[in-house]
Amino acid sequence: MKITINNQKIAVKEGQTILEVARQNKIDIPTLCYHSDLTIQASCRLCLVEIEGRPGLYTSCSTKVEDGLVVKTESENIARARKINLELLFAQHREECADCIYHGRCQALKICRQLKGKINGFTDRKKDKPTFKFGPALEFDSSKCIDCRLCVDMCHRQGIDFLELEYHDGLYEVVPSKDPKKDCIYCGQCLMHCPVGAFEGVGEYEAIEKPLQEEGKTVVFQFAPSIRTTIGEEFGMPYGSVVTGHLFAGIHALGAKAFDTSIAADVTTVEEAKELVERLEKKEPLPMFTSCCPGWVKFCEFYYPEFIPNLTTVRSPHMIMGGLIKTYWAQKEGLDPKNIIVVSIMPCLAKKYDITREELWLDKGALKPVDYVLTTREFAQLLRKRKINLKEVKPEEPVAPFPLPTGAGVIYGASGGVMESALRTAYEKITGKTLPQLEFKNVRGLQGVKKAVVDIAGRKLKVAVVNGTINARKILAELKIDPHAYDYIEVMACLGGCIGGGGQPVPVNEEIRQQRAASLYQVDEKSVIRCAHNSPFVKNLYQEYFNNQDNIKKICHTTFKKKNKEVNR
Amino acid sequence: MNLDLIQKIAQVNLLGRGGAAFPTAKKWEMVKNEPGKQKYVICNVSEGEPKVYKDGYILENYPQELISGILLAMKTIGGSAKGFLYLRKDYYQKYQEKFLKIIGSAPIEIFCEPGGYLGGDESAACEAIEGRCTEPRQKPPYPTQKGLWGCPTLINNAETLYYVDKIFKNSYKNTRLYSVNGNVEKSGVYEFNVDLTIAQVLKENCNFPKIDFFVQVGGGASGRILLANELDQPVSGAGSITVYDQKKTDPYQLMQEWSEFFVRENCDKCTPCREGTLRIREMVAKKKLEVKVLQDLFFVLEQTSFCSLGKSVPTPFYDLLTKVMGIKL
Ligand code: SF4
Ligand code: SF4
Ligand code: SF4
Ligand code: SF4
Ligand code: FES
Repeated sequence: MKITINNQKIAVKEGQTILEVARQNKIDIPTLCYHSDLTIQASCRLCLVEIEGRPGLYTSCSTKVEDGLVVKTESENIARARKINLELLFAQHREECADCIYHGRCQALKICRQLKGKINGFTDRKKDKPTFKFGPALEFDSSKCIDCRLCVDMCHRQGIDFLELEYHDGLYEVVPSKDPKKDCIYCGQCLMHCPVGAFEGVGEYEAIEKPLQEEGKTVVFQFAPSIRTTIGEEFGMPYGSVVTGHLFAGIHALGAKAFDTSIAADVTTVEEAKELVERLEKKEPLPMFTSCCPGWVKFCEFYYPEFIPNLTTVRSPHMIMGGLIKTYWAQKEGLDPKNIIVVSIMPCLAKKYDITREELWLDKGALKPVDYVLTTREFAQLLRKRKINLKEVKPEEPVAPFPLPTGAGVIYGASGGVMESALRTAYEKITGKTLPQLEFKNVRGLQGVKKAVVDIAGRKLKVAVVNGTINARKILAELKIDPHAYDYIEVMACLGGCIGGGGQPVPVNEEIRQQRAASLYQVDEKSVIRCAHNSPFVKNLYQEYFNNQDNIKKICHTTFKKKNKEVNR
Repeated sequence: MNLDLIQKIAQVNLLGRGGAAFPTAKKWEMVKNEPGKQKYVICNVSEGEPKVYKDGYILENYPQELISGILLAMKTIGGSAKGFLYLRKDYYQKYQEKFLKIIGSAPIEIFCEPGGYLGGDESAACEAIEGRCTEPRQKPPYPTQKGLWGCPTLINNAETLYYVDKIFKNSYKNTRLYSVNGNVEKSGVYEFNVDLTIAQVLKENCNFPKIDFFVQVGGGASGRILLANELDQPVSGAGSITVYDQKKTDPYQLMQEWSEFFVRENCDKCTPCREGTLRIREMVAKKKLEVKVLQDLFFVLEQTSFCSLGKSVPTPFYDLLTKVMGIKL
């Protein structure tokens, strides 16, 4: 099958849309309501093309190819229609470019420049629309919403349906649900898929300097596993650039201490493998679920509290890291933990919620392991504000006592990484032998559900790896029928895991997630030590500080409870 | 000659009476030829356009014939077809009980339409019955291929199915229903030959105005505006004629009503229709019409709207502005 676009003959496959074909062939067609992750909305009406022999204009995102179609992507009529529709869209959108997650680099402005349109062709009709706060995690400013409904589709695809359309005075508007049975899980996938920055993290970007403004404190930044392959994008570096050394340098340039959260991911792994082995021996409660994703934890606590006993009690890496900084490290440095500020640079909006969970505070609430969470985007903005260009800094090394992590601690950032790390360690724990082959390739990749059976000394361990909460629903439904269907399950709320998290740079799509994840696995491959239990730091820690159960319990474990609706309006 | 029902319908050239005038036989043929065990028939009585009452007239006067038409359709398209009587809310409240009795144990379900005008759009009707928001779907696939729950679905207007029953009984006389109202002596629903011109319809029922007037034809919002010297043509769309007194009608008031209607009844999905109708309403309310802006809005509404509702918005405004108000567009 062949079609012609702008005089260029192109071979196409049945089922493709004109837009897909054009993009593959580097023919630019402006779009706002199209996202390759989501359902075709065909609502912005910008991706217009002409088809020879047919009257009128067609939206390329929703028009399928047919043999012999002759398509034009530019004409006077097309340009006129695009421009008018774009100006109508801008009439719904209150621009706030300096404080926007796109910081002036959104598609809308790009298209506007191309078409020489005006962003104020009509008066802003939504300027008085409210901002909704979704817990301590994110905000939805409806005065920026252009009604593309991608967020509604995204939240639906998460299996949450917290974002709804509500009818007011003849108009449908996107609003958070009042239904007591629906609550936001703070995954931020809506934000990642909004073309015009109507969602942002709480405090993004007004509060990013706060951690550095506290007087007389030692400020420590830790950065999550996935950050090293994503933040480069904010500084114009290619997708998947590994910038671990740059991150150390950037944080040091702010005058703060820098630690790699992956170090603590190794601790999480060791504890989690230990718990898995114990549960396998006791045969309950199984399957065990990972719990390092606070989006998933909230989902479980709110929608499926009956599965709370199945969550591993092991804390997420940044919480363990925070706890260690304020105890173990503070002692070593002779610092009063009250004078230490811990800031986590996270791929995640749910982590902003995580640090408000009292179950995770130490010493009966007197000591918070983590004081602030900045997203990847917020941290990048902080660096920009302080005129630190990550692309140009000279990479630096970590300093003792928190040296380089293992490869296992780094792959935490991709869906399947936690599972793979835990399996590497659990295998040795159970068999006493080293794994012949470290890679568990069938738990890698971006598919929503991955299943595998792992043979550990004759015991067949049934595992599942899930990203996207709708897929968690599927697995939980399976478990209701057959409680023994799995032994160990990893769930990450965000598409692709944390590399696609709600705090990451925008835009994002399958290809971008792919490159971010691939680079994490490359770091693992190049690491000298690739199993968490072999980390010299971990070994030392268990000798020096985790030599008593109280310390382990306090720093590494937590509890969960059934949640009622938290986000009301 | 022993013709099957579809051939009979084709022979009398019955066209859909919902407004789009699609050949009924062709549509039936399409659904019949679609493979699939489960098929559906939806009898559409959403009658969303203001000033059109003919479907309600059938509900009131010919309920038996209507149900008979639905059953004929179900039988003809094959599969184990199920029927839906898709009623506008007020019709549902008024006629539900009566129809329950007539339907008895036949596999026809009565469904109360949630939304407004767009509920009349074929694919939006499917969305509604499936329990989603009444938004039009991307076409293709057409409902004839993948309608309700992905099954081949025949959607016909009530008047169409009423006449199918007549065709089946060999009593169809090439007529249709006309809603006549506005500034006339005797408003009401009339049955006349399909080929009558607008002027003839008005004369036949002694409604031809003696004043200076213009009419809106084919729907009380999206219908065309025609002047007294343009009435020598058949009645289009949903078969309505509304007469307006040229001297006493405030065009702004009329446009206000239309724009209110479109703002209220559209699904707000696509940019030109959602924003365009709002901006038209705004301008009309302020009585400040900017020709350039109107031209732009009409252009995108007509050229880029997702569904036929949006595409039809400019028609009445354009007609009224140019013909009645003498504005050059
Ligand atoms: S999306 Fe953000 S950058 Fe783009 S116009 Fe709106 S406020 Fe400005
Ligand atoms: S909030 Fe963003 S994604 Fe959601 S409908 Fe509005 S513009 Fe679209
Ligand atoms: S954060 Fe997640 S759950 Fe909450 S509204 Fe957005 S997509 Fe839905
Ligand atoms: S997948 Fe990662 S980024 Fe997303 S909510 Fe979970 S922990 Fe946060
Ligand atoms: S991208 Fe095609 S209509 Fe929005």
